[in-house]
Amino acid sequence: MSEEFKIEIVNPEKSFLVKEDVLEVVVPAFEGEMGILKDHISIISFLKPGIIKVFSKSGDENYYVEDGIIEFKNNNLSILTSTIFSMKDLDKSKQGDLLKKAEEEASKAEISDQAKYLADQKVEVLRSIN
Amino acid sequence: MASLDDLKKRIASVKSTQKITKAMKMVAAAKLRKAQESAERGRPYSEKMNNIILNLSNGISDKENAPKLLSGTGENKVHLCVVMTSDRGLCGGFNSNIIKKAKSYFSKILNEGKQLKIITVGSKGNDQLKRAYGDKIVENISFKESKNANYFDADKVGSIIIEKFEAGEFDICTIFYNQFKNVITQLPQAQQIIPLNNEEDHNNSDKSYEFEPDEDEILSNLLPKNISTQIFKAMLENSASEQGSRMSAMDNATRNAGEMVDKLTIEYNRSRQAAITKELIEIISGAESL
Repeated sequence: MSEEFKIEIVNPEKSFLVKEDVLEVVVPAFEGEMGILKDHISIISFLKPGIIKVFSKSGDENYYVEDGIIEFKNNNLSILTSTIFSMKDLDKSKQGDLLKKAEEEASKAEISDQAKYLADQKVEVLRSIN
Repeated sequence: MASLDDLKKRIASVKSTQKITKAMKMVAAAKLRKAQESAERGRPYSEKMNNIILNLSNGISDKENAPKLLSGTGENKVHLCVVMTSDRGLCGGFNSNIIKKAKSYFSKILNEGKQLKIITVGSKGNDQLKRAYGDKIVENISFKESKNANYFDADKVGSIIIEKFEAGEFDICTIFYNQFKNVITQLPQAQQIIPLNNEEDHNNSDKSYEFEPDEDEILSNLLPKNISTQIFKAMLENSASEQGSRMSAMDNATRNAGEMVDKLTIEYNRSRQAAITKELIEIISGAESL
């Protein structure tokens, strides 16, 4: 029995990543990090800002996401997100830009608790990447 | 009859027009390829989003308390119509087709005695609707600065719509756009996005899901996103349609200009010949009378 399943990450502009030989994916779900292995129960959940870790036979990859929805069904993991960067492409300047934006957002006075929480999360994750 | 000089000028002017239309056609063809690609690449996202929402709304246990974006306000009085058109002209029937579709929908609504509100996206639609429905237009959004359709613009429109919905300004929201079929065919579409219209495919929810957090929370977070996604899809389809429509319109214009040049050239040659013949006759008859 193989232990592999399929992952598909899409953003509004294009299909970001498709991989067939994934062994494990760790996603920053809304209520805590969640590891997904083959034959996981069907699940729909939310992402908060964080790092998606994809472990596959062809190598491990990390991605930074700001939001998203995941759906796991029949050994197909779909991740829908509007903001995603591969950690390889995320250089210092880009990271700085994102951090600045997140900090601005977090320091706004009139945002809701949830938005504030998400913005804080963004700042925290971006700072920890260094 | 026009003089030789006039004809010459007209031929030159038609020729330069032809050059312009030809260049525009080339540009549109190049842009079309890009727009078509991004429209096709954007499809998986909106399809997946739709699927998830479908699964969610089927699985929802408490239909009574479902989020309003899904089930509607329970009333059917105020309609909001989002008419999406292009910012530039010279693209054949592209804008008029959307406007025509929208207008027939408007008059239907008004005949039923309901209230109508319009948001126009793109300046051409605003120009055309201003005259007849000027007092109904509540917002005019234009993305002249951004080159390609991008998600952030769509998100802006989406949040305006949701803001208005939450303020109770309308009950039903419909978007109008052109769906790209191929270069010569674009289908004007009216799509209802609030409340969500998902009567099709009710029986594919054989799988039950685990939700984290619970359904209601996911749905209420997902539905606003879906609005933006649907608008983004419409924007992508629209921009592909716009370029396709412009390309075929400019192709026609180039061909027509070519025909016109041919006609004018014949007329020019004829009248030149007529002038020569006339002079000859004058000379001959003058010589004979001597």
